[in-house]
Amino acid sequence: MNLSKDGAGFETVLIPLAAVAAGTLIFALFCEWAGASAVGVFRSIYKAGFGSWFSWQNSLVRAAPLMLCGLATALPARVGIITVGNEGAFVIGGLAATAAGLATAPAQPLICLSAMAVAGMVAGGAWIALAAGLQHYRGVNAVISSLLLNYIGLAILLQMVEGPMRDPASLNFPATFAIPETHQLGRIAGSRVHDGLLFGVIACLLAWFLLEKTVWGMKAKVVGGNPRTAKLVGLPLGQIILTAGFLGGACAGLAGMVEVAAIHSRASQSISAGYGYVGILVAFLARHSPLRVLIVSVVLGAVVASGGILQRDHDLPDATIAVFEGIVFLTILASETLYGRKFSLAVLARNAAHAES
Amino acid sequence: MSAVSRLSRRSCVKLLAAGALSAKAEPPLTAGFVYNGPKNDLGYNQSHAEGKQSVKSLPFVRAFDESNVPETVAVEETMRNMIFQDGARVIFATSYGFLDPFVLRVARENPNVQFFHCGGSYRDKVDPPNVGIYFGFIDEVEFLAGVTAGLMTKANRMGFVAAKPIPQVLRNINSFMLGARSVNPSVTMRVVFTGDWVLPVREAEASSSLADQGVDVLTGHTGSPRVIVQVAERRGIWATGYQFDQSVLAPRGFLTGAEWAWGGVYRHYLEMIHDGKSVANGSIPRRMTGTLKDEFCRLSPFGPGVTPEKRQAVARVKERLLNGSQAIYRGPLKNNTGKIVIPVGKTIPIEDSSLDQMDWLVDGIQGDTRG
Repeated sequence: MNLSKDGAGFETVLIPLAAVAAGTLIFALFCEWAGASAVGVFRSIYKAGFGSWFSWQNSLVRAAPLMLCGLATALPARVGIITVGNEGAFVIGGLAATAAGLATAPAQPLICLSAMAVAGMVAGGAWIALAAGLQHYRGVNAVISSLLLNYIGLAILLQMVEGPMRDPASLNFPATFAIPETHQLGRIAGSRVHDGLLFGVIACLLAWFLLEKTVWGMKAKVVGGNPRTAKLVGLPLGQIILTAGFLGGACAGLAGMVEVAAIHSRASQSISAGYGYVGILVAFLARHSPLRVLIVSVVLGAVVASGGILQRDHDLPDATIAVFEGIVFLTILASETLYGRKFSLAVLARNAAHAES
Repeated sequence: MSAVSRLSRRSCVKLLAAGALSAKAEPPLTAGFVYNGPKNDLGYNQSHAEGKQSVKSLPFVRAFDESNVPETVAVEETMRNMIFQDGARVIFATSYGFLDPFVLRVARENPNVQFFHCGGSYRDKVDPPNVGIYFGFIDEVEFLAGVTAGLMTKANRMGFVAAKPIPQVLRNINSFMLGARSVNPSVTMRVVFTGDWVLPVREAEASSSLADQGVDVLTGHTGSPRVIVQVAERRGIWATGYQFDQSVLAPRGFLTGAEWAWGGVYRHYLEMIHDGKSVANGSIPRRMTGTLKDEFCRLSPFGPGVTPEKRQAVARVKERLLNGSQAIYRGPLKNNTGKIVIPVGKTIPIEDSSLDQMDWLVDGIQGDTRG
């Protein structure tokens, strides 16, 4: 996996674009096969995602959690740890934020919301740092451990929501007590998009600054690029890996906090809506670059937002968007093998000659 | 001259178009249906999707739907899209978690659109007036499925795979058991809770282990008991269904099942709205609930294993339920820890809201309400 360069170089732009184009083409064939006009489908996706201010808001509402969940995979990836534990960190962050919010409910809204944010970030951060630490210190593959942690996270959420933290009045829909309405996270003026979008944008900018403009970012890139070199030059490997894992998880935990503070006001099974899993796709499409996470989240937010119109106007199944996401994910993964290759006729001709001789 | 003729031609066309419109019909009544899961789940979501299909018989309705909509801002956006992009004037939100805060928020923004939510409670003066609640009481149908199971079991042991120990699920477990015991007092039943609505692997494991323990009737209450019915068929034992007709999954061992009949409910709502009624001004009741009698739910067709005599026996119980001579929750009723939960002489009708506090399993059930 090529993680060493960010933004620089022709191929880091061209190859992902080509991969997305290839995925889009395959999806177009799928649409035609499913009996819908591919052109019409793409027109609908555009209309539903970006066609008007109404659609833009629809996309941005969905993009907000994706930015934070995308960073949850992108940041640890920069130090060479691939985690897919975003959903687990998200629900654990949401649960911890709820607990903190209920404990500080009598206080001023700002204090209560700050406590929720801190609790969510610490819980989510610890969650992913655990997977990162297990890989670094104990050799447990972080992809596997973080994937399994998702199930544990959801189980803890259900256990708490249906057990110790349950509001006894929530009979047929187990949920915790609600955080007062006055303490809700607001909406961006003149829109129906909640403040979580600001959190996402700021987090992406901060992550970019951290990675590109600070000494720590430089160290992190060395660790991700070549851990042995990093060790040789005396970098504290474990510390850097744990920090990157913590920061990534903190983003997902913050997304969980936003989900509670801006949308549900309480923790229940519903806070696990699958944003974490889409976040993995965001990070890979963005090649783990924070600024691209920002853009990809908005584009994917629009794609997800168009899921409804594809069902209603084109009679396509609800899984259509998941199929699109899956195809693009596969083409992006496949395109990883193309980095660092020379594409010229001379090389092709030489290879052909080799094969013949 | 030419300008005048063009003008007159245009107004002529306009007039013709207006005439055609008024002669043809008023714009259709557009209704959007939102489901939380896939609409081909042979379970809860499909029972609503089938209800939506049936409103096609009303010529004045244009209905469309969206499935797999998560219970978060996504459902708000879905409802807004239905209203702004497709001109929906009625929204049916079919999953419990859609109501608060999502339906309530979008309803507040769109006072001219009517929202109907399946289940949940409405708070007077707090919640927007254009929201209605509909729900069915399916206890009687579970009771009848239990009667069928009680007549069929040879082992006198049944198994029930359930999602969560919440009142709605406990009611179904208890009414099924009470039905079985009403015809077969020695029958027992073991309950396994899986912890969530859609966990096919765990449902299969629970069903298999119940079959290993020697039960010869399996049933359940999950998002869709399809896996439970399939395991029963594979293990050569009986099964009863829930939510939707699952007979196709077990052509040999399917007995019957308790299924929803939302079509009639949806057609009734849309006819009332077509007549100009609205829930906001009170001409449509705030809550519409119904039972077996009101055809909110029904018994699935019997499978081949149920003999004509047994079908008649079930039909007789159904008759008694409908004429009121048979009650489900009638004291004395003991729970499975030996405590009296309904005293002698007391009968709780199934519409009674106290049943929504249920936290016990009736005598004869092996299982624990703590899950």
